[in-house]
Amino acid sequence: MAEASYPDDLLYHCEHDWAKVDGDVATFGITWFAQDALGEVVFFDPPEVGTSVTADEFYAEVESVKAVSDVIAPLSGEIVEVNTALAEATEAINEDPYGEGWMVRVKLSNPSEVETLLDRDSYVGGLS
Amino acid sequence: MTSSTLKRTALFESHVDAGAKIVPFAGWEMPVQYADGIRAEHMAVRDKAGIFDVSHMGEVEIQGPGAGAFVQHLYSNDVTKMSIGSAQYALLCADDGGVLDDLFTYRLGPEHYLTVTNASNHESDYAWMCAHTEGFDVEVTDVADRIAMLAVQGPVAREIVQTIADMPLPARMTASRGIVFGREMLVCGTGYTGEDGVELLVDRDDAPAVWAEIVRRGAKPAGLAARDTLRLEACFHLYGNDLSTDRNPIEAGLGWACKEATGFVGSEAVAAARAAGPEQKLVPFKLTGSGIARQGNPVVGGGEVTSGTMSPCLGIGIGMAYLPTERATVGDEFEIDVRGKTRTAVVASKPLYDKETDG
Repeated sequence: MAEASYPDDLLYHCEHDWAKVDGDVATFGITWFAQDALGEVVFFDPPEVGTSVTADEFYAEVESVKAVSDVIAPLSGEIVEVNTALAEATEAINEDPYGEGWMVRVKLSNPSEVETLLDRDSYVGGLS
Repeated sequence: MTSSTLKRTALFESHVDAGAKIVPFAGWEMPVQYADGIRAEHMAVRDKAGIFDVSHMGEVEIQGPGAGAFVQHLYSNDVTKMSIGSAQYALLCADDGGVLDDLFTYRLGPEHYLTVTNASNHESDYAWMCAHTEGFDVEVTDVADRIAMLAVQGPVAREIVQTIADMPLPARMTASRGIVFGREMLVCGTGYTGEDGVELLVDRDDAPAVWAEIVRRGAKPAGLAARDTLRLEACFHLYGNDLSTDRNPIEAGLGWACKEATGFVGSEAVAAARAAGPEQKLVPFKLTGSGIARQGNPVVGGGEVTSGTMSPCLGIGIGMAYLPTERATVGDEFEIDVRGKTRTAVVASKPLYDKETDG
């Protein structure tokens, strides 16, 4: 995805992660800004289904050709699904960071944490 | 180092116009990649042709009746083997045999040599050379500021440059002066990618026009990141990663570039290291599972990764590591601590990527 984009229907974490909340389950990924800063992602090391993640702490690693980066959980909970397709197609993280590039689904343990996340405009405002 | 003190090559504007990401590197503002990304640049060099701005590399000219004796005094290889127009790889060693830099030298005349230095070592190399001129009738000149260096690499790189050259291009490991796209320059049959190609040492004022013409004729601009993945697939050493003052050439697998009988500075230490046999040896490796090992990752049981990346051609993690000699044979398996996770690897043969067998 060549042009920056930040969908309205997502919530954002200042470490350049997004969450799409649907009831008590949320999908996580990294933002356009994060994938652009990383460059081409060549490796995604996901957590296992069943592991707990804590808001503001890392749950996975992404590597580009030149750098390793921790992926920060925007919210706390338990991993219920991992995007296994990324193992063979890490380029989805660059090409479609909000779609095919999603990373994990999490059953939220503390849905009120949602209030700590940023809306699109607040997140984008912090980038400049 | 702040951006105001970083140097720019003659091609800086060309890079910005081409959508490059610019990063600080060894005191220079250099393109790390262009708009299409590292993978596309890497594959362009393997499949067709790419062009790199490597003007950050330094050049030192050595001239005078004592030039041959002087370079022999400092360089690890046998300089008497160089005929006029030939190129040679050598190391610059400290008295204790530690590697100060690795160098390509071109013999341009009976008493005239040109050496290409690594950007990060250029000033210290030049100072080292100047400090050793006593007793030699020689003039050592830092010409780095005048020269831009373009590397055109890939299976059709020569074809592209030949179409705008007024003379046949020099063969591999040789160099000749000539006119390319109307500009006089030194054309060298060398490179750092494992592909055929040429390196052009050109007056910095002429560089933008030559660059633009070669791009127009089909060479893809490629940045430092692709240069690194390409050199690592080809198993070329990178100073600062695989070579340092703490390692001697024997450990680094560069004994072939050291001719101790010539008596170069550091030769006694190198000879002693060769006779004793190294405790650790630099070897190429491939990861056998997922993951990417990086520079600085420790090897379980002793040793260290000095270069590591994801190979765009092989799709696996590759690299180079110093391993205990008894565990450094091709096929030996070992483990690397990659940020707390154990990754398995196997010692591989050079080059890591071979077009004939892996292509």
